Order: sequence, then C-alpha cells, then structure tokens
Amino acid sequence: MVTLTIDGKKVTVRKLSTVLDAARKLNIPIPTLCHHPELSPYGGCRLCIIEIKDLARPVTACTTFAREGMEVITTSPYLEKLRKTTLELLLSDHPNDCMVCERAGDCTLQELAYFYDIRENRFVGEKRPFIKKDENPFVERAMEKCILCGQCVRVCDEIQGVGAIDFAYRGLKTKICPPFEKDLDCEFCGQCVAVCPTGALTGKMWAQKGRQQDVRTVDTVCPYCGCGCNISLHVRRNEVIRVSSKEDTINEGWLCAKGRFGYEFIHNSDRLTKPLIRISPKEGFEFSSQSPSFNPPPGKGGNGGVRSSPLTPHNSRFKEVSWDEAFDYIAKRLKEIKDSYGPDSIGGLSSARCTNEENFLFQKFIRAVIGTNNVDHCARY
Amino acid sequence: MAGLATVFGSGAMTNSIPEVENHDVIFVIGSNTTETHPIIGIKIKKAVRKGAEFIVADPRKIDLVRFANIWLQHRPGTDVALLNSMMHVIVREDLIDKKFIETWTEGFKSFKESLDEYTPERGEKITGIPQKDIINAALLYGNAIRPGIYYTMGITQHTHGTENVYTIANLALMTGNLGRESTGVNPLRGQNNVQGATDMGCIPDCYPGYQKVNIPGIKQKFEMAWGVKLSDKIGLTATEMTQAALKGKLKAMYIMGENPALSDPDISHTIKALKSLEFLVVQDIFLTETAELADVVLPAACFAEKDGTFTNTERRVQRVRKAVDPPGEAKEDSWIIMELANMLGYKMRYNYIGEVLLEAGKVWPAVAGITYRRIEKIGLQWPCPTLDHPGTPYLFKGGFPRGKAAFTTVKYRPSEELPDNEYPFLLSTGRQLFQYHTGSMTRKIDAMNKVSPEAYIEIHPDDAKQLGVNDGNAVKVSSRRGSIEIKVLISDRPVKGMVFIPFHFKEAAANVLTNTALDPICKIPELKVCAVKIELIKQT
Repeated sequence: MVTLTIDGKKVTVRKLSTVLDAARKLNIPIPTLCHHPELSPYGGCRLCIIEIKDLARPVTACTTFAREGMEVITTSPYLEKLRKTTLELLLSDHPNDCMVCERAGDCTLQELAYFYDIRENRFVGEKRPFIKKDENPFVERAMEKCILCGQCVRVCDEIQGVGAIDFAYRGLKTKICPPFEKDLDCEFCGQCVAVCPTGALTGKMWAQKGRQQDVRTVDTVCPYCGCGCNISLHVRRNEVIRVSSKEDTINEGWLCAKGRFGYEFIHNSDRLTKPLIRISPKEGFEFSSQSPSFNPPPGKGGNGGVRSSPLTPHNSRFKEVSWDEAFDYIAKRLKEIKDSYGPDSIGGLSSARCTNEENFLFQKFIRAVIGTNNVDHCARY
Repeated sequence: MAGLATVFGSGAMTNSIPEVENHDVIFVIGSNTTETHPIIGIKIKKAVRKGAEFIVADPRKIDLVRFANIWLQHRPGTDVALLNSMMHVIVREDLIDKKFIETWTEGFKSFKESLDEYTPERGEKITGIPQKDIINAALLYGNAIRPGIYYTMGITQHTHGTENVYTIANLALMTGNLGRESTGVNPLRGQNNVQGATDMGCIPDCYPGYQKVNIPGIKQKFEMAWGVKLSDKIGLTATEMTQAALKGKLKAMYIMGENPALSDPDISHTIKALKSLEFLVVQDIFLTETAELADVVLPAACFAEKDGTFTNTERRVQRVRKAVDPPGEAKEDSWIIMELANMLGYKMRYNYIGEVLLEAGKVWPAVAGITYRRIEKIGLQWPCPTLDHPGTPYLFKGGFPRGKAAFTTVKYRPSEELPDNEYPFLLSTGRQLFQYHTGSMTRKIDAMNKVSPEAYIEIHPDDAKQLGVNDGNAVKVSSRRGSIEIKVLISDRPVKGMVFIPFHFKEAAANVLTNTALDPICKIPELKVCAVKIELIKQT
C-alpha cells in the first residue's frame, strides 16, 4: 500500500494503482476521455493532466503510478488552461451537430465543452471528412466525430479478444477502421459503442428513436442465454428504443450482439395479440427437402398473420376470440379429456423463457389442477 | 443435470461468473462458450489474459481455440475415452487428492481400477488426439490449484450424456477440485431461465427444489401446501410425451413458450405427434411452428412486459421488470394460468407476483431467503435459506448435500449412430452467435437476419474436395430420418469427416435429420452425433 496526498487530502491505495485511481477513490473529479477502468491505461486525451510536486511538467494521472509521499494537485488555473486548450483542439475538428447527434446529453465530449464553456474555437483549420459507407446493420460509424481516444480499439482487443479495428494512417488523416477500411465485420457485441465517449459510434437501430427526453430506463435481465446479464431497457412511449448495461453489474456492462441489439422482436408486428381458436383441420406445415428457397419466411403481420390478409393460409385456420371464449373452450376440452382418459393423458411443457413465478404456477397447475406429473421443459435441447 | 445431481446431490454450476477470472487452469469441453455464452466467454478470455492456462476440448475449431494452450480435437462422442485417459495419467502421476477422496467421496478403489485400461495410447486410438496432448492436458489439470471445468450441450446431448457428466465429476473429485472459490464443475445453462424452470419443478420427477414426486413424505408435504391429492407417478419427459402422443396415450398438451416443432430431434416425428393430439393449447408471443398446430393459441407477454425473476446459470435469482405494455390483448403467462386454474375450480390468487416466489420458498427452503426487496439491485444465489443469508456463490464448501460424493465407473461406448458407407458423415448440431434457439425472437430482427441470413452446413475443405462441392453450393443432406436442402460453407472448423449445422433455421431444419435416441437416465436426445450423407444439387 502507498499513501499519497491529492489536493491536500491523504489517501492510501494499493501498489501499482495510478494517481487517477487514487483520485477517484477520493471522489476528486479529473476529466478523462480515453480512460476506462477495465482497459489498459492509454494517456492519449491529455485531459487528466496533474501537477506533482518536484516535477517540472504536468503528467497524465492515468499513466502515473501512485508513489509513497507523492503530492498531487489536480486543478489549478494553469492546468485548467491547458485542459481547455486541449479540448479546443479536439473540438476544432469536430462537427458541432449536437442538435441532431444521437449521443447528445449522454456525451462526455459535449459535457466537457459545457463545463469549459467552449462556445467559439480559437483554432480553425482542416476538418476530416468521412464518407459513410458501412453497410453493417448494427454499428453506426460517424467517424468525423471520433476523437481517437482508442477506447473502442482497446475494448475490442482486450475485452472481446477480437481486434476488428485499429488505428490507421498518421497525423490529421489518422482514423480508426477495420482492416483495409472495409465494412465492419465482427461479432457485433457493441462493446465499442458502449465505451465511445462521443457520438462516433452508436447503434444503427437507435436512430431517431429518442435520446434523453421522455425516456425512462428499466433495469431487467437479458432474455437470451443463461449468463443472466443485467440490462437496462430505454423506454419511450411504450416502446423499447435501446438496450444498455451498467458497469456495476455481474456482466460489468458487457453484452453480446443479441443482448445489445436483439430487442426489436418485442414490438414486431407479428406478435400475437388475441386468443385464437382453430376452425379448420390440421394440415400443411410439412418440412420437405424440395423447399425451393433459402430465404427466411416472410413476416406474417398482425396477430401472427391472422389479421393480415385474407390470402394468408393462417386466416382460414384460426379465428380470433375473446379471452372468455378461449378459457371456456380450454376448460371444457381439458375436463372432457381428463374425465374420459384420466389425468395422465394430459401433458404440459413449460418454458425456460418464462419467469420462475410462471414456471412455479405452471407445474402447480399441471400437478394440482390437472393431477399429473407430466410436466417438463426444454432443458435437454 | 441429473448426472451432477446423482453424484453431488445437487446439479448446477458450482462456481459463479465473477469467479471465472480467478481460475489458474480452465478446461472447456463441449462448449462453444464465446457464441453460446458470450459474457462467460469474455470472462474466460480475461482469466487467460491474467495468466490462466487454458485447455479446450472440442471437435470443432471454435473461436476459443485461439486462446488455448492445448486444443484437444477429439472425435465427436468420444469424451469418455478422452477424460478417462486423462484420469489414467493423473493416477499414474499420483496427482490425486488423497485427503479429499478419503473425506468426501466413496467408491474410489474400484473406480481407480476401471481406469487401468484407458492408457493414453488407447485414448489416442479412440479420440484421435495425439497422446502427448492428452498427457499434457492431464498434467495441467492435475497440477492446478484453482481449476474450473466448463461444459454445455456438447457433453450432454449424447446417448451417453449422463455418463459424460459422471466422467467430468470423477475428474474433479479425484483431484479434490470442488468446494472452493474459483474451483469446480460448471455446466452452463443454455437459456435465460432454464435453471429456474428446473428449480421450480417443471420436470416430471420432481416438485420445486428437486424433491422427488414418488417419495411419500414429500408428496404429503406438497398435498398439505396445495390442498389437493397429488399423483406419485413420475411423469413423462418432453421426448416421452412425443412418443406417448404417437401411441395415442397422450391426448392433450398444454405448451407454454416452447417450440418443439423445431427444437426436437427428428421433427417430422414430433409434428406427427402434435397433430395426432386431440387437443393442443399453445401459449406464446409469436405464431410459432408449434402454435400453427394448436387448437387454441393464447397470446402471451414477453420478458419486457412482465414482472418476475429469472435464475441464471450461476443460480442467481434476478429481477425481471415490466418496461412496456403487452401488445393488443396479450397477457402475462402467470395471469393466464391463474385464470384457467380458477376456472377449473382451483383457487390461485396472489396480490402481486412476488408472492409466488415466497410460496416457492415455503416448499423449497433454498430460496426462502430471497425476496424482491433483497434482490432490488443485485440478485442472490441459492441456496439462500434465511432472510439474513448472503446467498451462496460457490457450492459444496464443507461437504456435499448427499453426504459423500460417489465415483461412477464409466466405460466408453460409441454413439448410437455412427457414419457408415451409406451415411458417411457425422453431423453435429448447435448454435451460432447471432441467432437464438428456434429463432422465434432473433429471426424477427432485421439486423440479425442481415448478418445471419440463412442456414449452412460447415464442411471440412478436404471433404468438400472429395464431394466436389464449393462454397455456396446447394446440397441435399440426408439421414435415416429425413433430408434437407442447405448451402455449403467450407470451413476448417469441423474435424475431417464431421459436418455442422446450426439448428435455428426452419427452412433447413437440422432437427429433421437428428436422432431421437435418448440417454437412458436423463432422457436427453443425441443431437450432437448422427450419420448423414451429402449430395450436390446444383451449381450456383
């Protein structure tokens, strides 16, 4: 353990902690753009500069190890002037389109520009144009907004172990791109989107769905695999418009493509919306090796296709009924079958997709109401 | 699960997700973790970055192989031979934990003798792995201090799946690698709440909390709790229900949120069975392939439209919260069940859904300490018997629920249906990253379909050459049960002689081909091994 003084306050941290870690422990805010606690220190944005006693020049807090007896100053007119200049330089090449930017209100760069009151920029010069051409369906890359903090590069390499992107070119031409500037072709986990401190990387499906206004977040659990990642659903007007994850969760804020971008089924127009009762005999729906096309079947439209068009076969198979009618029918048929063949002639399949409560009630229903132990779920597939 | 439950007295992941990064040796067998459990995959990569040694055993060159110190590419279905010969080496090198074996286990002596014949030479012959790799892997695991074993359906979806699990348990027991932090055996559960559905008693032989239906005392307890007479006859598993329906013994089914018409092995069979039912109720969020065969279809709410809890693969009970209203007249599954129960004359009334969890806690003490208030921010891992209990991150600290854990002697036996002259290729099925299960959710998402538009069959380059097929060619793949048309993807992922098809796509449904042969103990079908032939259809 080492003890050091930051802005006159003593703090003890573990060996090999950085000055930035120590300051965060004391809740002293130091601005950063390229730092992420789970990634290796980078020292690229130069905003976390600090002064250390007996050191001639400021150094970056994120790459300086805390040493015994160190005396650190995190803010002074001199440091703030340097930080403001650095920010101005970053912004000199940044489109001021916060009005329409997806990340407005949730953007570290915008927040810092606000705190340092950067209204006009002393530096005017060349800007990096970026032509959007990436066809991938998940990650929107507006690289003219990129400040080259490198968090996406590091998260892709160090956390995801993929290394789909890296720095290319030098100087003003520096950019972050996939090999040979091709389209992004990766696991689409969106870790890069989650760590991006600006509007350079966003979700394609977020566009124009809502930012901060009228949006509330609901913490819940991902519905896909068994990892049980904690996710936050961003909801606007009864619609899930975005999924994110907090860093203090069991999954540390990391998600996969399904967890982060796989939410649109919730509002799909094929969702069932009314109970249905069969009106024609069971036929059709065969698997055949002669199926002519590899294309996924077309969407069925409202209420599983029943309401969509008179031409769809589903329309002739089912009719929409009220809940009461459906319940009456089910109760009647189950009773008949139980009376004539006994309870063991009925079986129930529950779901690994449903909640514990629903599963508890389901097996209780099959066991206590129907009277059989014929209850299972798909644990084996 | 039945396998681990028999050995230890409790079947679940013995460690928790945060512990993954602190293993010093990780052994992944039969799990394509980065695609099926991406976040645990991230944790494994983190452990490797922190210096853990890493062994991967998989017939396919899965992505994790890039990070592995040793990759054991065994022939599908030869896991028992591989693990037994690893254990042979561990005994020979005297890397067993004698104290642990004496204190916590039984039956080691006869088990040890059964390993004699599994020399690495024999292991190499059966599995196709060079014996030096088997020996190195055994030494790595045997010398580890905090090793963890991870497996999924690659181990269990075999006719000898339970035996595979026993073998894994044997390996952990003989080296004393259980009951400590970051040390254990971890089956990864494939679906968000498959752990919870099993915990809550949606299995034919157990009430909630793995309490057997055919033990009189337990039945009485539940009869008292629920106020009705109950059956003591063990029920039918999902696969047995299909058989019973075909034989005309099962007349009606109620299916909530499952799609057996696409996920079952040999689905033509399953569809026939579902059609032969006198009455079928399907409750789901979409008109699935199964729902299309139903007499009544009930519209259900999805995860974002209801309150409740899911239990993840590390036994952590976590809060699910309602974010939006269900579409149209769709309702929560719980509401539907309660209404129907009331209609059939059995009172089900709860003031709020959390009371159901409290009721579960009354009949199963392991979750008695879990309330919605306690898991508001972070979930609790069962066992959590009292309101002040902090939950249990890792199992078997200081003993097993059944007292002593038993070694099980397991002999290698080949899979039911192996390639022959007529059907020369070995087919394995599984998942891929961008789709999920039968695709009823993910295939409704345009972005997912764009990166994963269609089914494919992975074929080794040498086999492709021999067959005369190229990337993108359409081929007809047939087994003794049926045939499908599918596109070729030439890939060095599968071992030569093996092909792989993801089972998400209904227009080329892998489960038309798969074998329904069951594991005799836990009734899991052999989805990972069957024999197929491949014929070119047309040049594209």
